Amino acid sequence: MQAFEYANPMTVKDAVALLGASWTDANVLAGGTDQLSLMKDYIHTPKRLVNIKNIKELAGIRKAGGNLRIGATVTLDELIDNREVRMAFPSLVSAARGVGSPQIKNMGTVGGDLCQRPRCWYFRNGFGLLAQKNGRSLVDDGQNEFHAIFSQGPAKFVSASSLAPALAALGATVTIAGPNGTRSVDVASFFVAPSSDQQREVDLKPNEIVTQVLVPMSGAKNASYEVRLKDGLDWPYAAAAVALRMKGSTVESARVVLGHVGPTPVVAEGAASALAGKSITEEVAAQAGESAVQGAHPLSGNAYKVQLAKTAVKRALMEAVKRA
Amino acid sequence: MSKKDTELKPKPAPESGKGFSRRGFLGTSTAAGAVGSGLMEQTAEAAQGAGGKGITLAGETEITLNINGQPRKVTVEPRTTLLDALRDRMEVTGAKRVCDRGTCGACSVIVNGKVSYGCTMLAIDAQGKRIQTIEGFGNHPVINAFVQHDGLQCGYCTPGMVVAAKALLDRNPRPSSQEILEGMGGNLCRCGTYVGIKQAVAEAAKELRGGRNA
Repeated sequence: MQAFEYANPMTVKDAVALLGASWTDANVLAGGTDQLSLMKDYIHTPKRLVNIKNIKELAGIRKAGGNLRIGATVTLDELIDNREVRMAFPSLVSAARGVGSPQIKNMGTVGGDLCQRPRCWYFRNGFGLLAQKNGRSLVDDGQNEFHAIFSQGPAKFVSASSLAPALAALGATVTIAGPNGTRSVDVASFFVAPSSDQQREVDLKPNEIVTQVLVPMSGAKNASYEVRLKDGLDWPYAAAAVALRMKGSTVESARVVLGHVGPTPVVAEGAASALAGKSITEEVAAQAGESAVQGAHPLSGNAYKVQLAKTAVKRALMEAVKRA
Repeated sequence: MSKKDTELKPKPAPESGKGFSRRGFLGTSTAAGAVGSGLMEQTAEAAQGAGGKGITLAGETEITLNINGQPRKVTVEPRTTLLDALRDRMEVTGAKRVCDRGTCGACSVIVNGKVSYGCTMLAIDAQGKRIQTIEGFGNHPVINAFVQHDGLQCGYCTPGMVVAAKALLDRNPRPSSQEILEGMGGNLCRCGTYVGIKQAVAEAAKELRGGRNA
């Protein structure tokens, strides 16, 4: 990898001051599991790397008002082991466990999971985020079995985050620190489909840092389900996360979010409306799965993902209501 | 393991960009590598180490790493991974460099009690942490169990597998079959010896509990 200058600030303020106006000035280093690999492949070539793991204010999980506050440098392993998280957010625990490698869970962080770059092999091989050559999409004409079935404009990669669908379903927000203070964004709108290679797939500027995630402790029943090739380290083919506000055994309101099928987590409004006012049975859950994939446009090699996404929604719903 | 383990002999930096870095090759070409990299010209802006109010560090710096309970001095650049520091600069070669992208697990080491990929951790970030490599395991029952159950074929993934297995059993002395799969989920064996590996981990767990099944 290209040589860089290493910085080790102790406060968010200092960390932000060490970042720059462009992505090649400086990058953030947390768990490093994705960042260092991107640097070894010269996809990221920052002149400076700002380590944020020693910033105390970014660590730890605690209750804050009606939210559970999860620090950006909390590792996936810490998240899985946390008592509050296990009690209130089984969807997060199951999504984090899905990462599949103890090493990644021990090193990788919540902020890093959200900010990891897409796994699209064209992107990882230097063809840019939109994977275009002479104005044509390499994805359309090439190997696209793991790409989006919900493309948005020219963006055909899939969002790699394991936690994002569960966080979006739970209505969580991301707090971002920059030179002018902090701002807050819904997890669902933190992810954006870029329309050019110069844009990122998340709403983050080069001089900003994700500092925490706030998850409302609303009592919603929640679960997530990943359809995977294997149990070990890999990203899912398709995933779904659900959060249900219940009145007795009836769904008052629902949020259903699909993962790994579009350049952002896909909020399935249709599935949510299909669930409102109903009790969850296998038929109702299957119907919600059907609604969730309305509007899917598979590429040449990934129509199979439509069925997997339906199944993921159904199984996540059945899992959510299985819990007492 | 090796008697060189306790010697403090940092080698010149062999890394140069996308450079090829096999230990056997480097043994005869470290001087050329160091000159070719041009990195020796860089100055260490803060040789006292990284810390404080965003102090920055560039170029080669001497750091101390705690390897298997011993403080060891080594000269690294910010971009030197823990794995490359161990293998190329400290002669601690149990952890293997295979994918170098945090995927295969051959580079596994235990950092502060948790199994980690040495290839995706910077050596400077490993300062102040307890690093255990397979060299420090002695006659751990996991090693014998891998032999007894044919938990290997070519052997290249084996040190990483043994490290992951020990880390799993340190944390969970009574893993279920599913927990063994999860605990070993970050390591790949291209020879496909998973059945033997799984048996070896289960057997080592039993051995560590004093031969009891329950």
